[in-house]
Amino acid sequence: MDVTLTADDVAFRDEIRAFFRDEYPDDIREKQDRGIPLDRDDMVRFQQLLHKKGWAGVNWPVEYGGTGWNIVQKYLFASEMAAANAPEVVPFGLGMVGPVIYTFGNDEQKERFLPDILASRVWWCQGYSEPGSGSDLASLKTRADLDGDHWVVNGTKTWTTLGQYADWIFCLVRTSTDVARRQEGISFLLVDMKTPGLSVKPIITIEGGHEVNEIHFENVRVPVENLVGEEGKGWTYGKVLLEHERTGTAGVHRSAFRLKKLREQTRQSVRGARPLASDRNFMRKIAAVEVELKALEFTELRTLAAVSSGKAPGAESSILKFKGTEIQQAIDTLFMEAAGYYALPFVPHQFRFDYPEDEFIGEGAETKTALKYFNYRKASIYGGSNEIQRNIVAKHVLGL
Amino acid sequence: MDFSLNDIQSMLLDSVQKFIANDYDFDRRQSYSDSEQGFSSDVWSTFAELGWTAIPFDEEDGGIGGGPVDMAIVMEQFGRGMIVEPYLANIVLAGGVLRRTATDEQKAQWLEPLIGGELQAALAFVEPQSGYDIADVSTTASRDGDDWVLNGSKSVVFNGGNAELLIVPARTSGERTEPNGISLFGVDASSDGVRVRAYKTVDGHQAADIEFIDVRVPADRLLGDADAGFDVLDAVIDDATLAVCAEAVGIMRILTEKTVEYSKNRVQFGVPIGSFQALQHRMVDMFTACEQTYSLLVWASMTASAGGDEAKRAVSAIKYQVGTAGRKVGEEAVQLHGGMGVTWELDVAHYFKRLTAITQILGNADSHLDRLAAD
Repeated sequence: MDVTLTADDVAFRDEIRAFFRDEYPDDIREKQDRGIPLDRDDMVRFQQLLHKKGWAGVNWPVEYGGTGWNIVQKYLFASEMAAANAPEVVPFGLGMVGPVIYTFGNDEQKERFLPDILASRVWWCQGYSEPGSGSDLASLKTRADLDGDHWVVNGTKTWTTLGQYADWIFCLVRTSTDVARRQEGISFLLVDMKTPGLSVKPIITIEGGHEVNEIHFENVRVPVENLVGEEGKGWTYGKVLLEHERTGTAGVHRSAFRLKKLREQTRQSVRGARPLASDRNFMRKIAAVEVELKALEFTELRTLAAVSSGKAPGAESSILKFKGTEIQQAIDTLFMEAAGYYALPFVPHQFRFDYPEDEFIGEGAETKTALKYFNYRKASIYGGSNEIQRNIVAKHVLGL
Repeated sequence: MDFSLNDIQSMLLDSVQKFIANDYDFDRRQSYSDSEQGFSSDVWSTFAELGWTAIPFDEEDGGIGGGPVDMAIVMEQFGRGMIVEPYLANIVLAGGVLRRTATDEQKAQWLEPLIGGELQAALAFVEPQSGYDIADVSTTASRDGDDWVLNGSKSVVFNGGNAELLIVPARTSGERTEPNGISLFGVDASSDGVRVRAYKTVDGHQAADIEFIDVRVPADRLLGDADAGFDVLDAVIDDATLAVCAEAVGIMRILTEKTVEYSKNRVQFGVPIGSFQALQHRMVDMFTACEQTYSLLVWASMTASAGGDEAKRAVSAIKYQVGTAGRKVGEEAVQLHGGMGVTWELDVAHYFKRLTAITQILGNADSHLDRLAAD
């Protein structure tokens, strides 16, 4: 056991740090720091910049253009990225469908899709959940029927994050109902969003934002060559993807950054009042979350070390998901508490560059704290709800 | 011991329940909230016609002489109905100051139209730096001839964008956080030097940040004695705290009912999710939180009628309870509704937001626990 960094690690870290200091675009940095939402172009531009450095496919194998980094390097990269308050990489292409394609896809699919994913030239979204099947994903009803050399897709997918920006969607669809187990007969299909019969309907979430969508398929014809891997094996591929998704959702570096910011904020005397740092009740709550987070950071490192020695992430990744999201939510709550009355004004429109300063309500992003708290209640629901994660640990880890 | 309602209270409960059932569904609530002023003037007139705007005021002032128990009955139902009309701001906060301080002339000028539903008012008791300390008043009022001249900023004034009458605590002597030296002024919102920045709040209500720059207020607009406003303010804030806790009980109960109902109908893995024991226990905890909070409401509203130190402790006890158990009920209701719980479309999300806003105002759980911990 050794947690000190080698000279190479330090050099690596400094290189990442220099990148975020010198090459990370100022306008994106300012948006992030002031809580101004990024648009599609900002996100793409940032990811293409990472790609130019060869840092887009963090977890990808070298042969497909990945970094080939070891776990210490991945850890340092994530940590520096959070410390720079850089945006998170949109996960649907680089973190989800990419790995499924390079693991289970055929050579044509790899050639056709992977370069565009790596270079963020094509925006992907996820078609898993359906209105009737949330936690019970295997009950999904969207069907694909074979008609010549096309699959004809009918059904509805929901909670599709940033689907309004997407060029392509990857879906789990039912290609056979004549099966012994519900998990069988599901296939993994790639669909061009421009295909006739496909439509996107926005869902407005609790805080008033448009982030997720419902995607309707009405006789959408998808060429047979867009089915990944074997027909009927989509559940297995999807599960692999979900386990990767779960290791990503711990968000320990982002949480560490936010706790650091919160501590800084408590030391500032807000508009002449007693600094929050002198409120022991509040500081003890921060400290308690910090302990939980430190534990999770090392739980994640232990999981990653196991993965790098060749094991699959496995059911333990469920712990990362539910602890990580619960810590994020605890931090959201603390930010909201710190804002006091200024958590109340509903003024998201004032977070833009040209908003007149003397019209601005609250200090910094105080008026965003409740909205973030509301929005992030989703974190314990998405990616397999935290109840489902605990079921997985009960069943597959504890053998109950 | 008698926990039953008297005839008048039963009638009051019945009339509020009927109004909400017949005239105030979720869609209407949303359309009132989305409107420019953020509530319905027609609904407000109805409240006045039904006598609800008269509840806490003396009969000789045109009120019906109701007490904290009556107020709790109404507010709990307002919680269930997710009422956005500014009852707290007008009747409990501004009205609470007026009924304790107003002279006969001031009553004729402000209290009568307030009870009649014709005047919109607000109490500006929060400042940018004050947090939950109502004695922290840096807005100043200095005497100049027959006028007072007000300078300062007030934050998140409930109903501040619609109020014609602003009741403004200002410092006439003493240090910034000292209880002594605070005076209360009735300020016409259209006075020169009053700058109102109105906005919606995250719970579908509305509020404003208000600046006072050399605002001249005639001496006869002073409410109560100069320098002696704190005790009035303190009593009014306790009333308001109890009122929002009653509202919170109504929200907690309806969220629990809706969650239990949803769990009986939502099928996953071939069975209703309410059949899972892990979820059953969580709903039992939600239900228990409602019962415990309601018990504190019964205690606090009865104690408030008697007054005294015990009353203050009771208010802090229930506000602490709402800030902890109430928050938990809100979060669990959303969680158990799954993705639907975090959509704008579902009423549960809006109940949760109002409940959360209540935990953020009038002292959070920590500040009230501090008050209880101090011997």
